[in-house]
Amino acid sequence: MTDLTKLKIAEARDMLAKGELTSRELTEAHIGAVDAMKSLNAYIVTTPDIALAQADAADAQIKAGNQKAMTGIPIGIKDLFATKGIHTQACSKILDGFKPEYESTVTQNLWDDGAVMLGKLNMDEFAMGSSNETSFYGPVKNPWRATGSNSDFVPGGSSGGSVASVAGFAAMGATASDTGGSIRQPAAFTGTFGIKPTYGRCSRYGMVAFASSLDQAGTITRDVRDGAIMLESISGFDPKDSTSVDIAVPNFEAALTGDIRGMKIGIPREYRLDGMPAEIEELWQKGIAWMKDAGAEIVDISLPHTKYALPTYYIVAPAEASSNLARYDGVKYGHRNIGDGGGLDDMYYATRGEGFGDEVKRRIMIGTYVLSAGYYDAYYLKAQKVRQLIADDFKQAFGQVDAILTPTAPSAAFAFGEKSDDPLAMYLNDVFTVPASLAGLPGSSVPAGLSADGLPLGLQVLGKAWDEETVLKVSGVIEQAAAFTAQPQEWWR
Amino acid sequence: MSNIDKATVAKIARLARIKTEEDKLEPLAGELNNILGWVEQLSEVNTDNIEPMASVVDAKLRWRTDEVTDGAKANSVLKNAPKPEYGFFAVPKVIE
Amino acid sequence: MSDYRIQGATGDWEVVIGLEVHAQVISNAKLFSGASTEFGAEPNAQVSLVDAAMPGMLPTINGECVRQAVRTGLALGAQINKYSVFDRKNYFYADLPQGYQISQFKHPIVGPGIVTLDLDGGRTKKVGVERIHLEQDAGKSMHDQHPQFTYVDLNRSGVALMEIVSDPDMRSPEEAGAYLTKLRTILRYIGSCDGNMEQGSMRADVNVSVRKVGDPLGTRCEIKNVNSIRFVRQAIEIEASRQVDIIEAGGTIDQETRLFDPVKGETRSMRSKEEAHDYRYFPDPDLLPLEFDDAFIDAARESLPELPDDKKARFINEYGLNDYNASVLVAEKDQSDYFVSLVSALATATKKSESDVAVKASNWLTGDLFGALNKANKSIDETPVSAEQGAELLALVEDGTISGRIAKDVFEIMFDTGKGAASIVEEKGLKQVSDTGEIEKIIDEVIAANPNQLEQYRGGKDKLIGFFVGQVMKATGGKANPGMVNQLLKPKLDG
Ligand SMILES: [Mg+2]
Ligand SMILES: [Zn+2]
Repeated sequence: MTDLTKLKIAEARDMLAKGELTSRELTEAHIGAVDAMKSLNAYIVTTPDIALAQADAADAQIKAGNQKAMTGIPIGIKDLFATKGIHTQACSKILDGFKPEYESTVTQNLWDDGAVMLGKLNMDEFAMGSSNETSFYGPVKNPWRATGSNSDFVPGGSSGGSVASVAGFAAMGATASDTGGSIRQPAAFTGTFGIKPTYGRCSRYGMVAFASSLDQAGTITRDVRDGAIMLESISGFDPKDSTSVDIAVPNFEAALTGDIRGMKIGIPREYRLDGMPAEIEELWQKGIAWMKDAGAEIVDISLPHTKYALPTYYIVAPAEASSNLARYDGVKYGHRNIGDGGGLDDMYYATRGEGFGDEVKRRIMIGTYVLSAGYYDAYYLKAQKVRQLIADDFKQAFGQVDAILTPTAPSAAFAFGEKSDDPLAMYLNDVFTVPASLAGLPGSSVPAGLSADGLPLGLQVLGKAWDEETVLKVSGVIEQAAAFTAQPQEWWR
Repeated sequence: MSNIDKATVAKIARLARIKTEEDKLEPLAGELNNILGWVEQLSEVNTDNIEPMASVVDAKLRWRTDEVTDGAKANSVLKNAPKPEYGFFAVPKVIE
Repeated sequence: MSDYRIQGATGDWEVVIGLEVHAQVISNAKLFSGASTEFGAEPNAQVSLVDAAMPGMLPTINGECVRQAVRTGLALGAQINKYSVFDRKNYFYADLPQGYQISQFKHPIVGPGIVTLDLDGGRTKKVGVERIHLEQDAGKSMHDQHPQFTYVDLNRSGVALMEIVSDPDMRSPEEAGAYLTKLRTILRYIGSCDGNMEQGSMRADVNVSVRKVGDPLGTRCEIKNVNSIRFVRQAIEIEASRQVDIIEAGGTIDQETRLFDPVKGETRSMRSKEEAHDYRYFPDPDLLPLEFDDAFIDAARESLPELPDDKKARFINEYGLNDYNASVLVAEKDQSDYFVSLVSALATATKKSESDVAVKASNWLTGDLFGALNKANKSIDETPVSAEQGAELLALVEDGTISGRIAKDVFEIMFDTGKGAASIVEEKGLKQVSDTGEIEKIIDEVIAANPNQLEQYRGGKDKLIGFFVGQVMKATGGKANPGMVNQLLKPKLDG
């Protein structure tokens, strides 16, 4: 038989249904692939016993005629999602040893749909990062290398483990989360399809919080159809999350008609940045041409406050984070360092000083500062006003167009250490993804080509609130047109 | 607007309960000034008469009914505690 | 009551007082989780993973707590805000598991309202309520269980509180006490808080400042978590004197939070200025703004019982009660409910109008029953004599079956045994003797037995009639109808 790890979710699903494949075979192949890619550091915990038990249960379900959307499909789970009784630490030392007594709604939905868990995936600590270099468990290596090169590149972040496992054929799909671009940017860096739905589409219950008003679960898969299947599985209203919205989940796979004739695609002029590499601009132009070829109408649009999205984000997200991360205090779970003075405050200082990494501490401090007395209005309140303007820009634009097309990231994957000493340079990675996050809109990154160095590049599709179907449909057309067939060399095997 | 000095960093670190070595204060002040200096470009934006975003979703807060549906799980609550004692969380004494 | 003044070396000082009352909302489940609010469970037995701030746990709001806050606002005649916002108040403490308290800061659910204080001599005073907001309670830290460790119990963590903030309108310890008493009465009436200060379901933060009469407001100190009305009064006296002493010695008052120590009779600073709080309030992104419509407010209003001030006015106007009795009766809803039932049953039993029997009923209730309950250390809901039984007793007096004097004895037996009045009267043969012949016969016997007294009476000592009445009553065991005795005795004595 062919290498089962190269199958897509939809292909495996159909073969499982026909009895041409068992989940046990599929799962064993993936457990082997997971073991073989240890050097990439994508998985921080593997759960082969659970996977095999779930696979056998899946095979029984299929035999009984109860196959569901994800039955028997082996996937990886970002360490941000609580998995009952299994390591859940958002890749932070401060959650050392934490095994939740509960399951996140997103993962529960997947298990209810029959999915198989291979393990927990590496990520930037508390999802704060764009290169997976802030993880307490060390960075993830991008399965892709530049043509003719042996040096390692970052996989992007924060869902670095998610994209590396999927791009490296060690998971058929992976859960991910997006606060400012943590699904789309790493997808672009690894030639995978990433989709973040509308804020409120997936429950945040059991998802370790970074910035509550921005965090949204999503998926990483190897193609658009798989993304549609998996996204539908994790979506849905959840009364346990007050920001979850009670709106029916459509059949996402059915949206993939390939027909975008007459559709209006917006090209925001403000996304054309000074000093953006030529190959990014070229890729964008290619995308525009593909849209036209498919019968869509290209509309120049303006999102005038785009420039202010990143600074807005770097006030709002740290502010919320500084408060969300206050619960990590050494009292109830995770790391505790008693400190020197013997008092409660001494424990707080020591535990938090030692338990958080530098980037997390930096953001907690920024967040604490912008909320503090005398600065709240100038920073936080101002940012929430600008955020409203950014959302209004999109509202206006979506009065004219059905979807927006932009590059996903301003560059291809970069080398380790290249930006980690300069927080601002690192933050600029999210320049194209952050605006939609601030507005709570759905967005995807579709693999669309290779850089001159042979590294993947992605195009971003943004849609109206609750219109993931159009995002998926347009993504599917790009995928078809791009005919992106390149694969990383499996140098780690 | 922002001019964060060592003392301010120390104050923020104290508010956030993050132990920060003395020799880290100066470099941190530099980093924070850099970042805050950059975000200050927001002051260019005219936000007169703009309401701050209250929520990104256009929905109303749903209400629960007043029923006891949870609790009675002290074991789960204490399961991950660094120092559970007699059903309590034990923490170092508060020094006033 | 004259104006409350502190006599300092430099003259008279006025005290300015504002109160922040934390009132635990009566609800089955907590404000943002489904765990129980019941008092007195095993440690951490009433804690959900939300209350323990486990990673990824999210708050969902209990609609009943919203309704109770709105009802409370309506009962204080306050503005109800159809749009309010939950904010996070950020600070670190062992019994604050999230590292923040979900509260309301800029946009509270209830705006300005009024509490009318009932003061000595039937005087009243209006005290402004600035706002009421909903917030979570913290857990409980126990510092005295272990030499090095504090033990934390999260059972209270997340229980709904209403923080009721007054304007700085009070000027004496008595007014502060009257405010708390009245507020507690109202909360109990409408059932939004049980007002139990010993169990901590009602606590007061007391803001105190002093000034020379006519001067602008002085710097205030906040005395935290005082848990009885008596302590609130004491704390104000002590704190105000402390401030006067400092100012008169040339010092200034630091705005700070202080603790009242009733044993040492002092207030002391809770933390150093350097540790001044910076709560970094901001809207809780896990929750959306809280919104409701007029229909919801109307339904909440419909659900309110008659409030104490209205009830008192009605008791005075319709029933003719005096101010004192009316005040006593409306102070607790259970008492006024008992009274209303008593009047109704008595009116039925005597076929009179309620207004005709109400004063008698109120006198018996505030005198006899409350006296007995007091002595037995019982509250009205533990009374062994029901309103119906009370009415039965009073009706027996009304129709002349027993005398008022005998009624007191019957009541005592009723109170001790829970038996009905009629059966006691029957059993003990206490029926009033109203038979003219029988009474005349006894009078004749008494007169015959006391010739000396008769002679003195006839010699001009009129007052001796009392002696003869007493003798007649004694001879009948108190059962003779006293009116008839008087009527029949005089002609016979006069000969
Ligand atoms: Mg207070
Ligand atoms: Zn409060």
